[in-house]
Amino acid sequence: MSQKKKAVSASQNKTQRRSQVCLDEDDEDAHFSQITSSQVQRAREHFTPVQIDRKVAEVVQFILIKDQKKIPIRRADIGKHVIKEYKGIYTEIMNRVCRTFEQVFGLQLVEIDPKNHIYILINKLEPIHGEPVSMRPGNPKTGLLFVILSVIFMKGGVIKENLVWNTLKKLRVDPGEKHDEFGDVKKVVTDEFVRQKYLEYVKIPHTEPVEYEFRWGLRAEKEVSKLKLLEFVGELFGQDPQSWTQQFREASTAETSSQRT
Amino acid sequence: MSPPMGDSHKRFLQTMMSNGIISASQAAALHKHCCETHGAHYVADRLDDFINIINAHLQSLFMHIRKGMSEEDGLEYYALVNVTETDITRMASDYADNELELFRKTMDLIVDSESGSASSTDILNCADSLQTKKLKKKETEHVLSKFVQDKWLNEKDGEYTLSVRCIVEMEQYMRTIYQDLIKVCHVCHNIALQCQMCENPICGIKVHLPCVARYFRARSDPRCPECSEFWPHEIPEIPQSQSQSSQNLPSSSKENTAPTPSRRSRRS
Repeated sequence: MSQKKKAVSASQNKTQRRSQVCLDEDDEDAHFSQITSSQVQRAREHFTPVQIDRKVAEVVQFILIKDQKKIPIRRADIGKHVIKEYKGIYTEIMNRVCRTFEQVFGLQLVEIDPKNHIYILINKLEPIHGEPVSMRPGNPKTGLLFVILSVIFMKGGVIKENLVWNTLKKLRVDPGEKHDEFGDVKKVVTDEFVRQKYLEYVKIPHTEPVEYEFRWGLRAEKEVSKLKLLEFVGELFGQDPQSWTQQFREASTAETSSQRT
Repeated sequence: MSPPMGDSHKRFLQTMMSNGIISASQAAALHKHCCETHGAHYVADRLDDFINIINAHLQSLFMHIRKGMSEEDGLEYYALVNVTETDITRMASDYADNELELFRKTMDLIVDSESGSASSTDILNCADSLQTKKLKKKETEHVLSKFVQDKWLNEKDGEYTLSVRCIVEMEQYMRTIYQDLIKVCHVCHNIALQCQMCENPICGIKVHLPCVARYFRARSDPRCPECSEFWPHEIPEIPQSQSQSSQNLPSSSKENTAPTPSRRSRRS
Protein backbone atom coordinates (compact mmCIF):
# COMPACT_ATOMS: atom_id res chain seq x y z
CA MET A 1 0.00 0.00 0.00
CA SER A 2 2.71 2.48 0.90
CA GLN A 3 4.62 1.60 -2.25
CA LYS A 4 1.69 2.69 -4.32
CA LYS A 5 1.51 5.96 -2.45
CA LYS A 6 5.08 6.81 -3.46
CA ALA A 7 4.52 5.74 -7.04
CA VAL A 8 1.35 7.77 -7.36
CA SER A 9 2.82 11.04 -6.18
CA ALA A 10 5.71 10.85 -8.64
CA SER A 11 5.35 13.12 -11.62
CA GLN A 12 5.97 10.42 -14.17
CA ASN A 13 2.97 8.46 -13.02
CA LYS A 14 0.93 9.55 -16.03
CA THR A 15 2.55 6.87 -18.14
CA GLN A 16 2.42 4.52 -15.22
CA ARG A 17 -1.29 5.05 -14.93
CA ARG A 18 -1.76 4.26 -18.57
CA SER A 19 0.17 1.05 -18.34
CA GLN A 20 -1.76 -0.16 -15.33
CA VAL A 21 -3.72 -3.23 -16.25
CA CYS A 22 -6.55 -4.62 -14.18
CA LEU A 23 -5.96 -3.86 -10.56
CA ASP A 24 -8.13 -5.73 -8.20
CA GLU A 25 -10.96 -3.69 -6.81
CA ASP A 26 -9.39 -2.78 -3.49
CA ASP A 27 -6.37 -1.30 -5.19
CA GLU A 28 -8.59 0.57 -7.63
CA ASP A 29 -10.42 2.16 -4.77
CA ALA A 30 -7.33 3.05 -2.74
CA HIS A 31 -5.99 4.78 -5.85
CA PHE A 32 -8.70 7.44 -5.70
CA SER A 33 -7.72 8.81 -2.36
CA GLN A 34 -4.11 9.27 -3.41
CA ILE A 35 -4.44 11.40 -6.50
CA THR A 36 -2.32 14.53 -6.44
CA SER A 37 -3.33 17.96 -7.63
CA SER A 38 -0.78 17.90 -10.44
CA GLN A 39 -2.39 14.72 -11.71
CA VAL A 40 -5.72 16.46 -11.61
CA GLN A 41 -4.33 19.42 -13.50
CA ARG A 42 -2.78 17.22 -16.15
CA ALA A 43 -5.96 15.18 -16.52
CA ARG A 44 -8.05 18.29 -16.98
CA GLU A 45 -5.72 19.58 -19.67
CA HIS A 46 -5.61 16.22 -21.36
CA PHE A 47 -9.34 15.77 -21.87
CA THR A 48 -11.58 18.15 -23.77
CA PRO A 49 -14.75 19.52 -22.15
CA VAL A 50 -16.77 17.46 -24.61
CA GLN A 51 -14.99 14.29 -23.51
CA ILE A 52 -15.55 15.12 -19.87
CA ASP A 53 -19.24 15.85 -20.52
CA ARG A 54 -19.48 12.47 -22.16
CA LYS A 55 -17.89 10.76 -19.15
CA VAL A 56 -20.32 12.45 -16.79
CA ALA A 57 -23.20 11.14 -18.95
CA GLU A 58 -21.73 7.63 -18.91
CA VAL A 59 -21.42 7.59 -15.12
CA VAL A 60 -25.00 8.83 -14.77
CA GLN A 61 -26.20 6.02 -17.07
CA PHE A 62 -24.15 3.43 -15.22
CA ILE A 63 -25.57 4.43 -11.87
CA LEU A 64 -29.14 4.59 -13.20
CA ILE A 65 -28.90 1.08 -14.61
CA LYS A 66 -27.53 -0.34 -11.37
CA ASP A 67 -30.14 1.52 -9.39
CA GLN A 68 -32.90 0.19 -11.59
CA LYS A 69 -32.10 -3.23 -10.21
CA LYS A 70 -31.68 -1.74 -6.75
CA ILE A 71 -28.08 -2.93 -6.70
CA PRO A 72 -25.93 -0.68 -4.50
CA ILE A 73 -23.15 0.93 -6.50
CA ARG A 74 -19.53 0.47 -5.53
CA ARG A 75 -17.18 3.37 -6.12
CA ALA A 76 -14.58 0.87 -7.32
CA ASP A 77 -16.94 -0.35 -10.04
CA ILE A 78 -17.55 3.18 -11.27
CA GLY A 79 -13.82 3.65 -11.53
CA LYS A 80 -13.09 0.33 -13.18
CA HIS A 81 -15.94 0.20 -15.68
CA VAL A 82 -16.67 3.81 -16.52
CA ILE A 83 -14.19 6.44 -15.38
CA LYS A 84 -11.07 4.43 -16.22
CA GLU A 85 -8.37 6.72 -17.57
CA TYR A 86 -10.24 9.82 -16.37
CA LYS A 87 -9.36 8.87 -12.80
CA GLY A 88 -7.40 12.08 -12.33
CA ILE A 89 -10.59 14.11 -12.43
CA TYR A 90 -12.71 11.58 -10.62
CA THR A 91 -13.85 14.10 -8.03
CA GLU A 92 -14.85 16.68 -10.60
CA ILE A 93 -16.79 14.12 -12.58
CA MET A 94 -18.57 12.79 -9.48
CA ASN A 95 -19.46 16.29 -8.33
CA ARG A 96 -21.11 16.95 -11.65
CA VAL A 97 -22.82 13.55 -11.53
CA CYS A 98 -24.29 14.33 -8.11
CA ARG A 99 -25.42 17.77 -9.27
CA THR A 100 -27.05 16.22 -12.33
CA PHE A 101 -28.94 13.69 -10.24
CA GLU A 102 -30.28 16.46 -8.05
CA GLN A 103 -31.06 19.04 -10.69
CA VAL A 104 -32.44 16.79 -13.42
CA PHE A 105 -33.80 13.72 -11.69
CA GLY A 106 -34.53 14.86 -8.15
CA LEU A 107 -32.39 11.99 -6.84
CA GLN A 108 -29.54 11.94 -4.38
CA LEU A 109 -26.47 9.74 -4.35
CA VAL A 110 -26.07 8.60 -0.75
CA GLU A 111 -23.16 6.69 0.72
CA ILE A 112 -24.59 3.89 2.79
CA ASP A 113 -21.23 2.31 3.52
CA PRO A 114 -18.47 4.88 4.13
CA LYS A 115 -15.82 2.23 4.67
CA ASN A 116 -16.29 0.37 1.39
CA HIS A 117 -17.67 3.39 -0.48
CA ILE A 118 -20.99 1.99 -1.52
CA TYR A 119 -23.79 4.23 -2.76
CA ILE A 120 -27.49 4.12 -3.46
CA LEU A 121 -29.76 6.57 -5.21
CA ILE A 122 -32.60 7.85 -3.11
CA ASN A 123 -35.56 9.96 -4.05
CA LYS A 124 -35.39 13.59 -2.98
CA LEU A 125 -38.95 14.23 -4.06
CA GLU A 126 -41.46 13.79 -1.31
CA PRO A 127 -43.39 10.55 -1.53
CA ILE A 128 -46.93 11.27 -2.61
CA HIS A 129 -49.60 11.11 0.04
CA GLY A 130 -50.77 7.55 0.14
CA GLU A 131 -47.58 6.13 -1.24
CA PRO A 132 -45.26 5.21 1.61
CA VAL A 133 -42.67 3.34 -0.43
CA SER A 134 -40.87 4.85 -3.39
CA MET A 135 -40.57 1.92 -5.71
CA ARG A 136 -41.42 1.01 -9.25
CA PRO A 137 -45.14 1.11 -9.81
CA GLY A 138 -46.73 -2.20 -10.66
CA ASN A 139 -43.98 -4.31 -9.15
CA PRO A 140 -45.73 -7.04 -7.16
CA LYS A 141 -42.71 -7.54 -4.94
CA THR A 142 -43.29 -4.05 -3.54
CA GLY A 143 -46.35 -5.30 -1.73
CA LEU A 144 -44.49 -8.27 -0.36
CA LEU A 145 -41.61 -6.15 0.91
CA PHE A 146 -43.96 -3.62 2.32
CA VAL A 147 -45.79 -6.18 4.44
CA ILE A 148 -42.50 -7.43 5.87
CA LEU A 149 -41.22 -3.92 6.61
CA SER A 150 -44.51 -3.12 8.35
CA VAL A 151 -44.35 -6.19 10.58
CA ILE A 152 -40.75 -5.47 11.54
CA PHE A 153 -41.51 -1.85 12.32
CA MET A 154 -44.65 -2.51 14.34
CA LYS A 155 -42.81 -5.13 16.37
CA GLY A 156 -40.05 -2.76 17.38
CA GLY A 157 -37.46 -3.08 14.61
CA VAL A 158 -36.26 -6.68 14.82
CA ILE A 159 -38.18 -9.91 14.57
CA LYS A 160 -37.45 -13.63 14.37
CA GLU A 161 -37.78 -15.02 10.87
CA ASN A 162 -40.67 -17.27 11.89
CA LEU A 163 -42.89 -14.27 12.39
CA VAL A 164 -42.28 -13.18 8.80
CA TRP A 165 -43.00 -16.64 7.39
CA ASN A 166 -46.15 -17.01 9.50
CA THR A 167 -47.44 -13.61 8.46
CA LEU A 168 -46.85 -14.42 4.81
CA LYS A 169 -48.52 -17.80 5.18
CA LYS A 170 -51.61 -16.06 6.51
CA LEU A 171 -51.59 -14.05 3.28
CA ARG A 172 -51.28 -17.35 1.38
CA VAL A 173 -47.69 -16.76 0.43
CA ASP A 174 -45.92 -19.88 1.59
CA PRO A 175 -42.11 -19.73 1.59
CA GLY A 176 -42.03 -23.50 1.30
CA GLU A 177 -43.93 -23.53 -2.00
CA LYS A 178 -43.27 -21.95 -5.35
CA HIS A 179 -45.51 -18.90 -5.65
CA ASP A 180 -47.15 -17.89 -8.93
CA GLU A 181 -46.09 -14.28 -8.69
CA PHE A 182 -42.90 -14.35 -6.60
CA GLY A 183 -41.44 -17.75 -7.39
CA ASP A 184 -39.06 -18.83 -4.67
CA VAL A 185 -40.40 -16.61 -1.89
CA LYS A 186 -37.69 -17.48 0.61
CA LYS A 187 -35.03 -16.53 -1.94
CA VAL A 188 -36.72 -13.24 -2.78
CA VAL A 189 -36.96 -12.30 0.89
CA THR A 190 -33.66 -13.58 2.25
CA ASP A 191 -31.52 -13.02 -0.82
CA GLU A 192 -32.94 -10.45 -3.23
CA PHE A 193 -34.31 -8.00 -0.66
CA VAL A 194 -31.17 -8.36 1.42
CA ARG A 195 -28.85 -7.77 -1.54
CA GLN A 196 -30.84 -4.69 -2.42
CA LYS A 197 -30.35 -3.50 1.15
CA TYR A 198 -34.05 -3.38 1.96
CA LEU A 199 -33.75 -6.04 4.65
CA GLU A 200 -31.11 -7.47 6.91
CA TYR A 201 -31.19 -11.19 7.58
CA VAL A 202 -28.87 -11.95 10.46
CA LYS A 203 -27.97 -15.08 12.36
CA ILE A 204 -28.96 -15.00 16.00
CA PRO A 205 -25.82 -16.03 17.91
CA HIS A 206 -25.80 -19.13 20.09
CA THR A 207 -28.92 -20.59 18.56
CA GLU A 208 -29.11 -24.30 17.85
CA PRO A 209 -30.53 -25.02 15.31
CA VAL A 210 -29.53 -21.72 13.74
CA GLU A 211 -32.20 -19.04 13.80
CA TYR A 212 -32.26 -15.78 11.92
CA GLU A 213 -33.81 -12.43 12.53
CA PHE A 214 -34.98 -9.68 10.21
CA ARG A 215 -34.34 -5.96 10.43
CA TRP A 216 -34.80 -3.03 8.09
CA GLY A 217 -31.89 -2.62 5.68
CA LEU A 218 -29.99 0.60 5.00
CA ARG A 219 -31.96 1.36 1.85
CA ALA A 220 -35.30 0.95 3.62
CA GLU A 221 -34.07 3.30 6.36
CA LYS A 222 -33.28 5.95 3.77
CA GLU A 223 -36.17 5.49 1.38
CA VAL A 224 -39.20 4.46 3.36
CA SER A 225 -41.17 6.99 5.36
CA LYS A 226 -42.08 5.31 8.64
CA LEU A 227 -44.81 7.86 9.15
CA LYS A 228 -46.48 7.03 5.88
CA LEU A 229 -46.11 3.34 6.63
CA LEU A 230 -47.78 3.81 10.01
CA GLU A 231 -50.59 5.76 8.38
CA PHE A 232 -51.11 2.87 6.01
CA VAL A 233 -51.17 0.34 8.86
CA GLY A 234 -53.66 2.63 10.58
CA GLU A 235 -55.91 2.51 7.55
CA LEU A 236 -55.60 -1.26 7.43
CA PHE A 237 -56.76 -1.68 11.02
CA GLY A 238 -59.12 1.28 11.07
CA GLN A 239 -57.07 2.87 13.83
CA ASP A 240 -55.49 6.24 14.37
CA PRO A 241 -51.73 5.93 13.76
CA GLN A 242 -51.15 7.82 16.99
CA SER A 243 -52.76 4.98 18.94
CA TRP A 244 -49.47 3.15 18.58
CA THR A 245 -47.62 5.67 20.70
CA GLN A 246 -44.16 4.10 20.57
CA GLN A 247 -44.19 3.51 16.85
CA PHE A 248 -45.67 6.94 16.25
CA ARG A 249 -42.91 8.56 18.28
CA GLU A 250 -40.26 6.65 16.38
CA ALA A 251 -41.87 7.45 13.03
CA SER A 252 -42.14 11.17 13.80
CA THR A 253 -38.51 11.33 14.91
CA ALA A 254 -37.37 9.56 11.77
CA GLU A 255 -39.40 11.96 9.65
CA THR A 256 -37.92 15.13 11.15
CA SER A 257 -34.37 13.81 11.03
CA SER A 258 -34.66 12.84 7.39
CA GLN A 259 -36.04 16.26 6.55
CA ARG A 260 -32.92 17.82 7.98
CA THR A 261 -30.62 15.95 5.56
CA MET B 1 -30.45 28.57 -21.70
CA SER B 2 -33.37 26.35 -20.97
CA PRO B 3 -35.47 27.07 -17.88
CA PRO B 4 -34.38 24.95 -14.90
CA MET B 5 -36.24 21.78 -14.08
CA GLY B 6 -38.80 22.14 -11.33
CA ASP B 7 -39.91 19.36 -9.01
CA SER B 8 -42.87 18.78 -11.33
CA HIS B 9 -40.49 18.04 -14.21
CA LYS B 10 -38.33 15.78 -12.03
CA ARG B 11 -41.33 13.80 -10.88
CA PHE B 12 -42.50 13.39 -14.46
CA LEU B 13 -39.05 12.18 -15.46
CA GLN B 14 -38.86 9.74 -12.54
CA THR B 15 -42.20 8.27 -13.53
CA MET B 16 -41.02 7.96 -17.12
CA MET B 17 -37.92 6.15 -15.87
CA SER B 18 -39.98 3.70 -13.83
CA ASN B 19 -42.39 2.93 -16.63
CA GLY B 20 -40.24 3.17 -19.73
CA ILE B 21 -43.22 4.10 -21.86
CA ILE B 22 -46.62 5.67 -21.23
CA SER B 23 -49.57 6.50 -23.45
CA ALA B 24 -50.28 10.08 -24.47
CA SER B 25 -53.35 10.26 -22.26
CA GLN B 26 -51.37 8.89 -19.31
CA ALA B 27 -48.73 11.51 -20.05
CA ALA B 28 -51.35 14.26 -20.03
CA ALA B 29 -52.71 13.02 -16.69
CA LEU B 30 -49.18 12.73 -15.32
CA HIS B 31 -48.38 16.27 -16.44
CA LYS B 32 -51.39 17.59 -14.56
CA HIS B 33 -50.63 15.47 -11.50
CA CYS B 34 -46.98 16.56 -11.32
CA CYS B 35 -47.83 20.23 -11.67
CA GLU B 36 -50.56 20.05 -9.08
CA THR B 37 -48.43 18.11 -6.61
CA HIS B 38 -45.71 20.72 -6.67
CA GLY B 39 -47.88 23.78 -7.14
CA ALA B 40 -46.36 24.46 -10.54
CA HIS B 41 -48.13 26.52 -13.18
CA TYR B 42 -50.24 24.11 -15.21
CA VAL B 43 -51.53 24.70 -18.73
CA ALA B 44 -53.57 21.79 -20.02
CA ASP B 45 -52.44 21.58 -23.63
CA ARG B 46 -48.82 22.44 -23.12
CA LEU B 47 -47.56 18.91 -22.50
CA ASP B 48 -45.03 19.11 -25.32
CA ASP B 49 -43.60 22.38 -23.98
CA PHE B 50 -43.32 20.76 -20.55
CA ILE B 51 -41.51 17.78 -22.04
CA ASN B 52 -39.24 20.00 -24.11
CA ILE B 53 -37.86 21.54 -20.93
CA ILE B 54 -37.01 18.09 -19.64
CA ASN B 55 -35.48 17.11 -22.97
CA ALA B 56 -33.26 20.18 -22.96
CA HIS B 57 -31.71 18.93 -19.74
CA LEU B 58 -31.54 15.35 -20.94
CA GLN B 59 -29.65 16.28 -24.07
CA SER B 60 -26.20 16.29 -22.45
CA LEU B 61 -27.03 12.90 -20.94
CA PHE B 62 -27.88 11.43 -24.33
CA MET B 63 -31.40 10.69 -23.23
CA HIS B 64 -34.66 11.88 -24.76
CA ILE B 65 -38.40 11.58 -24.23
CA ARG B 66 -39.62 10.58 -27.64
CA LYS B 67 -43.14 10.41 -29.04
CA GLY B 68 -44.20 7.49 -31.23
CA MET B 69 -47.30 5.83 -32.60
CA SER B 70 -48.33 2.30 -31.78
CA GLU B 71 -48.95 0.04 -34.75
CA GLU B 72 -51.51 -1.89 -32.68
CA ASP B 73 -53.87 0.83 -31.59
CA GLY B 74 -52.73 3.91 -33.49
CA LEU B 75 -52.38 5.87 -30.29
CA GLU B 76 -49.41 8.01 -29.38
CA TYR B 77 -46.94 7.05 -26.69
CA TYR B 78 -44.06 8.75 -24.92
CA ALA B 79 -40.92 6.71 -24.29
CA LEU B 80 -37.70 7.59 -22.52
CA VAL B 81 -34.94 6.52 -24.89
CA ASN B 82 -31.20 6.43 -24.85
CA VAL B 83 -29.96 8.37 -27.83
CA THR B 84 -26.50 6.87 -28.10
CA GLU B 85 -27.60 3.32 -28.49
CA THR B 86 -26.81 1.89 -31.87
CA ASP B 87 -27.51 -1.60 -30.68
CA ILE B 88 -30.06 -3.26 -28.44
CA THR B 89 -27.86 -2.34 -25.50
CA ARG B 90 -30.86 -1.09 -23.57
CA MET B 91 -31.75 -4.73 -23.04
CA ALA B 92 -28.20 -5.91 -22.45
CA SER B 93 -28.28 -5.58 -18.69
CA ASP B 94 -31.52 -7.53 -18.33
CA TYR B 95 -30.91 -10.54 -20.54
CA ALA B 96 -28.31 -13.21 -21.15
CA ASP B 97 -26.35 -13.31 -24.39
CA ASN B 98 -28.34 -16.13 -25.90
CA GLU B 99 -31.61 -14.42 -24.95
CA LEU B 100 -30.44 -11.27 -26.73
CA GLU B 101 -29.53 -13.36 -29.74
CA LEU B 102 -33.02 -14.83 -29.73
CA PHE B 103 -34.48 -11.34 -29.60
CA ARG B 104 -32.42 -10.26 -32.60
CA LYS B 105 -33.55 -13.35 -34.51
CA THR B 106 -37.18 -12.72 -33.57
CA MET B 107 -36.82 -9.17 -34.80
CA ASP B 108 -35.37 -10.53 -38.08
CA LEU B 109 -38.38 -12.80 -38.51
CA ILE B 110 -40.80 -9.97 -37.82
CA VAL B 111 -39.10 -7.52 -40.15
CA ASP B 112 -38.93 -10.11 -42.93
CA SER B 113 -42.56 -11.10 -42.60
CA GLU B 114 -45.45 -9.64 -44.53
CA SER B 115 -47.68 -9.59 -41.49
CA GLY B 116 -45.14 -7.91 -39.24
CA SER B 117 -45.36 -10.82 -36.83
CA ALA B 118 -43.57 -14.05 -35.97
CA SER B 119 -45.22 -17.23 -34.78
CA SER B 120 -44.08 -18.91 -31.59
CA THR B 121 -43.28 -22.00 -33.67
CA ASP B 122 -40.85 -20.10 -35.86
CA ILE B 123 -39.25 -18.50 -32.82
CA LEU B 124 -38.85 -21.89 -31.16
CA ASN B 125 -37.07 -23.11 -34.26
CA CYS B 126 -34.66 -20.19 -33.98
CA ALA B 127 -34.04 -20.99 -30.35
CA ASP B 128 -32.84 -24.39 -31.42
CA SER B 129 -30.15 -22.99 -33.70
CA LEU B 130 -28.68 -20.18 -31.66
CA GLN B 131 -24.95 -19.63 -32.00
CA THR B 132 -24.37 -18.52 -28.42
CA LYS B 133 -26.16 -21.21 -26.48
CA LYS B 134 -29.29 -23.11 -27.45
CA LEU B 135 -32.50 -22.48 -25.55
CA LYS B 136 -34.86 -25.30 -24.69
CA LYS B 137 -38.59 -25.00 -25.34
CA LYS B 138 -39.49 -24.13 -21.76
CA GLU B 139 -36.66 -21.62 -21.53
CA THR B 140 -37.73 -20.00 -24.79
CA GLU B 141 -41.30 -19.69 -23.60
CA HIS B 142 -40.08 -18.13 -20.37
CA VAL B 143 -37.86 -15.61 -22.19
CA LEU B 144 -40.67 -14.71 -24.58
CA SER B 145 -42.98 -13.99 -21.68
CA LYS B 146 -40.23 -11.84 -20.15
CA PHE B 147 -39.97 -9.90 -23.42
CA VAL B 148 -43.70 -9.31 -23.29
CA GLN B 149 -43.67 -8.38 -19.62
CA ASP B 150 -40.82 -5.91 -20.18
CA LYS B 151 -42.82 -4.45 -23.04
CA TRP B 152 -40.45 -5.28 -25.89
CA LEU B 153 -42.88 -7.61 -27.65
CA ASN B 154 -46.65 -8.00 -27.85
CA GLU B 155 -48.27 -11.39 -28.09
CA LYS B 156 -51.65 -12.36 -29.45
CA ASP B 157 -52.82 -15.87 -30.32
CA GLY B 158 -49.30 -17.20 -30.47
CA GLU B 159 -48.10 -14.44 -32.80
CA TYR B 160 -45.45 -11.98 -31.63
CA THR B 161 -45.09 -8.39 -32.82
CA LEU B 162 -42.73 -5.57 -31.88
CA SER B 163 -44.22 -3.30 -29.24
CA VAL B 164 -44.41 0.45 -29.60
CA ARG B 165 -41.69 0.71 -26.94
CA CYS B 166 -39.39 -1.47 -29.01
CA ILE B 167 -39.95 0.48 -32.20
CA VAL B 168 -39.62 3.91 -30.59
CA GLU B 169 -36.47 2.92 -28.69
CA MET B 170 -34.77 0.94 -31.41
CA GLU B 171 -35.84 2.74 -34.58
CA GLN B 172 -32.32 4.04 -35.13
CA TYR B 173 -30.79 0.60 -34.60
CA MET B 174 -33.32 -1.05 -36.90
CA ARG B 175 -32.84 1.42 -39.72
CA THR B 176 -29.09 0.94 -39.45
CA ILE B 177 -29.04 -2.83 -39.61
CA TYR B 178 -31.96 -3.46 -41.95
CA GLN B 179 -31.47 -0.46 -44.26
CA ASP B 180 -33.74 -0.86 -47.28
CA LEU B 181 -35.07 -4.18 -46.09
CA ILE B 182 -37.32 -2.52 -43.55
CA LYS B 183 -40.73 -1.27 -44.61
CA VAL B 184 -41.57 2.39 -44.13
CA CYS B 185 -45.04 3.90 -43.96
CA HIS B 186 -45.82 6.13 -46.91
CA VAL B 187 -48.05 8.37 -44.84
CA CYS B 188 -46.06 8.99 -41.63
CA HIS B 189 -42.58 7.90 -42.79
CA ASN B 190 -41.89 5.82 -39.72
CA ILE B 191 -40.99 2.15 -39.65
CA ALA B 192 -44.00 0.05 -40.65
CA LEU B 193 -44.18 -3.60 -39.69
CA GLN B 194 -47.91 -4.26 -39.36
CA CYS B 195 -49.22 -2.57 -42.44
CA GLN B 196 -51.28 -2.75 -45.60
CA MET B 197 -49.61 -2.76 -48.98
CA CYS B 198 -50.70 -1.37 -52.33
CA GLU B 199 -51.45 -4.36 -54.56
CA ASN B 200 -50.15 -2.68 -57.69
CA PRO B 201 -46.94 -4.66 -58.48
CA ILE B 202 -45.09 -1.57 -59.67
CA CYS B 203 -46.09 0.45 -56.62
CA GLY B 204 -46.26 -1.63 -53.45
CA ILE B 205 -46.17 1.23 -50.93
CA LYS B 206 -46.86 0.33 -47.32
CA VAL B 207 -49.15 2.15 -44.89
CA HIS B 208 -49.72 1.50 -41.17
CA LEU B 209 -53.22 0.31 -40.35
CA PRO B 210 -53.94 3.38 -38.18
CA CYS B 211 -52.50 5.61 -40.92
CA VAL B 212 -54.80 3.88 -43.44
CA ALA B 213 -57.73 4.57 -41.13
CA ARG B 214 -56.87 8.25 -40.90
CA TYR B 215 -55.92 8.75 -44.52
CA PHE B 216 -58.91 7.01 -46.05
CA ARG B 217 -61.41 8.24 -43.47
CA ALA B 218 -64.92 8.19 -44.89
CA ARG B 219 -63.81 7.74 -48.50
CA SER B 220 -66.08 5.50 -50.50
CA ASP B 221 -63.47 5.01 -53.21
CA PRO B 222 -60.08 4.69 -51.52
CA ARG B 223 -57.13 5.09 -53.88
CA CYS B 224 -53.41 4.58 -53.35
CA PRO B 225 -51.80 7.94 -52.59
CA GLU B 226 -48.86 7.05 -54.81
CA CYS B 227 -50.23 5.30 -57.91
CA SER B 228 -53.98 5.98 -57.58
CA GLU B 229 -54.91 2.32 -58.00
CA PHE B 230 -57.90 1.15 -56.02
CA TRP B 231 -56.97 0.34 -52.43
CA PRO B 232 -58.48 -3.14 -52.02
CA HIS B 233 -58.00 -3.70 -48.31
CA GLU B 234 -60.53 -3.24 -45.53
CA ILE B 235 -60.24 0.24 -44.10
CA PRO B 236 -59.97 0.02 -40.30
CA GLU B 237 -61.76 2.32 -37.88
CA ILE B 238 -60.06 5.50 -36.75
CA PRO B 239 -58.27 4.85 -33.43
CA GLN B 240 -60.22 6.48 -30.62
CA SER B 241 -58.03 8.31 -28.14
CA GLN B 242 -58.79 7.26 -24.58
CA SER B 243 -61.56 9.29 -22.97
CA GLN B 244 -61.05 11.00 -19.60
CA SER B 245 -62.95 8.34 -17.71
CA SER B 246 -61.12 5.39 -19.15
CA GLN B 247 -57.59 6.63 -18.63
CA ASN B 248 -57.30 4.68 -15.40
CA LEU B 249 -57.72 1.40 -17.21
CA PRO B 250 -54.53 0.36 -18.98
CA SER B 251 -56.42 -2.55 -20.51
CA SER B 252 -58.55 -0.22 -22.59
CA SER B 253 -55.61 0.20 -24.91
CA LYS B 254 -54.23 -2.84 -26.67
CA GLU B 255 -50.66 -1.96 -25.76
CA ASN B 256 -49.70 -3.30 -22.39
CA THR B 257 -48.32 -0.30 -20.56
CA ALA B 258 -47.69 -0.01 -16.84
CA PRO B 259 -50.37 1.05 -14.39
CA THR B 260 -51.25 4.71 -14.76
CA PRO B 261 -49.67 7.40 -12.61
CA SER B 262 -53.02 8.19 -11.01
CA ARG B 263 -52.33 5.17 -8.84
CA ARG B 264 -49.92 7.36 -6.94
CA SER B 265 -52.62 9.74 -5.85
CA ARG B 266 -55.07 7.17 -4.62
CA ARG B 267 -56.40 9.35 -1.91
CA SER B 268 -56.96 12.59 -3.82
